[in-house]
Amino acid sequence: MDLEPIYLSRLQHYLYCPRQFALIELEDVWIENQFTAEGKVLHQRVDQPDKQKRGDIRTVRSLRLSHSTLGIEGVADVVEYHRQPDGTEQPYPIEYKRGKPKSHRADEVQLCAQALCLEDMEGLAVPEGALFYGEVRRRHGVDFDEALRELTLQTIQACRDIVQTKATPKAAYQAGKCRNCSLIEQCHPQDFTRPASAWLAQQLAQD
Amino acid sequence: MRPLRNVIYIQTQNAWVHKDNDNLVMKVGDEIKARVPIHKLQGLVCFGQVSISPYLMAHCAENAVTITYLNQFGKFLARVEGPVSGNVLLRRTQHLTGANRDKSVAIARTMLSGKLYNQRSVLRRYLRDYGDKENEQTMSAELATAEKRLSRCLQQLTDCDAIDTLMGREGEAAQVYFGVFQHLIRQPDFQFDARRRRPPTDPVNALLSFCYTLLTHDCRSALETTGLDPASGFLHQLRSGRPSLALDLAEEFRPMIDRFVLSLINKRQLSLKDFEEWPNGSFTLKEEPRRTLLAAWQDRKQDTLTHPWFEESVSVGLLPWLQAQILARFLRGDCDSYVPFLWK
Repeated sequence: MDLEPIYLSRLQHYLYCPRQFALIELEDVWIENQFTAEGKVLHQRVDQPDKQKRGDIRTVRSLRLSHSTLGIEGVADVVEYHRQPDGTEQPYPIEYKRGKPKSHRADEVQLCAQALCLEDMEGLAVPEGALFYGEVRRRHGVDFDEALRELTLQTIQACRDIVQTKATPKAAYQAGKCRNCSLIEQCHPQDFTRPASAWLAQQLAQD
Repeated sequence: MRPLRNVIYIQTQNAWVHKDNDNLVMKVGDEIKARVPIHKLQGLVCFGQVSISPYLMAHCAENAVTITYLNQFGKFLARVEGPVSGNVLLRRTQHLTGANRDKSVAIARTMLSGKLYNQRSVLRRYLRDYGDKENEQTMSAELATAEKRLSRCLQQLTDCDAIDTLMGREGEAAQVYFGVFQHLIRQPDFQFDARRRRPPTDPVNALLSFCYTLLTHDCRSALETTGLDPASGFLHQLRSGRPSLALDLAEEFRPMIDRFVLSLINKRQLSLKDFEEWPNGSFTLKEEPRRTLLAAWQDRKQDTLTHPWFEESVSVGLLPWLQAQILARFLRGDCDSYVPFLWK
């Protein structure tokens, strides 16, 4: 039986917060906020399926990707094919992000997962790619080294576990993250840490 | 908290409602009567002969704005809804929980606890505001007795381990509460001796019935927005076409509605001539005063209060949605009990 596909874009949700991943994946929760809306506008510009050729670089936009055994799929914003001296083409994935480079590795993992798909589909090694950040308007090269590949595979497995158990992890409140999360109204990260039945019994007993 | 979006009630007959860019525009004949940005809306409720353009309908569907059609007396006809919320795991858990007797009883008990607690709040508020007026001492004594009996019913809910016994206690509490309801009415024209539905046989009952219908609609929308199945309840029996869970959820809010109805009467926003008596002895609210009521209802929903569980200031209109959230989070295993809204 085929594995249920896990979308490339969801890996970064998992790394941001496993519960956020579960709320979106299992519970169909999605709320637009300023950040998601900005991301969408940015992508509307990138996401026109399109091919271009300039010098030694052939650019393909909105390329559908999947991996035959890992069970991941999604769409790459941009894949550049760099013509090599021997005439072959080297795929080079580029992912567009609003904002600026982040301290956590969620964006790199998403890009690395695209590289894994490209390797599987094209049958050749994809050693590097780039992230383009809208706020600083700059490309950051990313090496798909062993550590990043390992983290990416672990993340895919962790997502798969959630999809298979269908259990939403409990909230773990972190002020900085939660405040920027578009799902905070659905998640209630601080509200269910108290025992509800004891609270209710106490309220009803008060006169 | 998320912003409260408005519900628009359209009861102008032969109104034509359509989309103009991102606005909803209501026309009667060639005259534009209203223009509202659609993103500020949560729902449209149309009474009677109101027409809506398919493009507005599609736009509403895409933006989770619910359209409900009622006949001109407020009887439900149909609703239009977009492809929102497909939380199948939540619904499955809901249905499995509903099939489990003990779990259903536990949820029903918490919901009814909320209702009785809030009924008692209505009586307590009256006792606090008017209890020491000398000429009202008999009434106050009766109210004080009723308040004590409600407290006892509330305690006894804890021992109920079947839906039947829960319903029994709830019925008992309702008799106590509606038994003194007349004392809360400060306009001598309006008389009330018992809760009568189907059909309401006096203006007070007509008001209660009409407002409970509005409440049930709001609860139903809140459940659907949250991804719960409004038809599958824990306290109310399943019956085809009945929004059992919406009725369950409405229980804890009914006392707030009662208080709203009392304030309409006591503040003389409505009078007896605003009602129509029908040959079968039933009463309905006339069209113009219904406009007054709906405007007051919208105002009421903007009021804010502190939600005791979330310990946060929230608008009254968001309460059903918040409670639906608590229910969903409970069913998905975030907490060990549903927590009803307790009106402090």
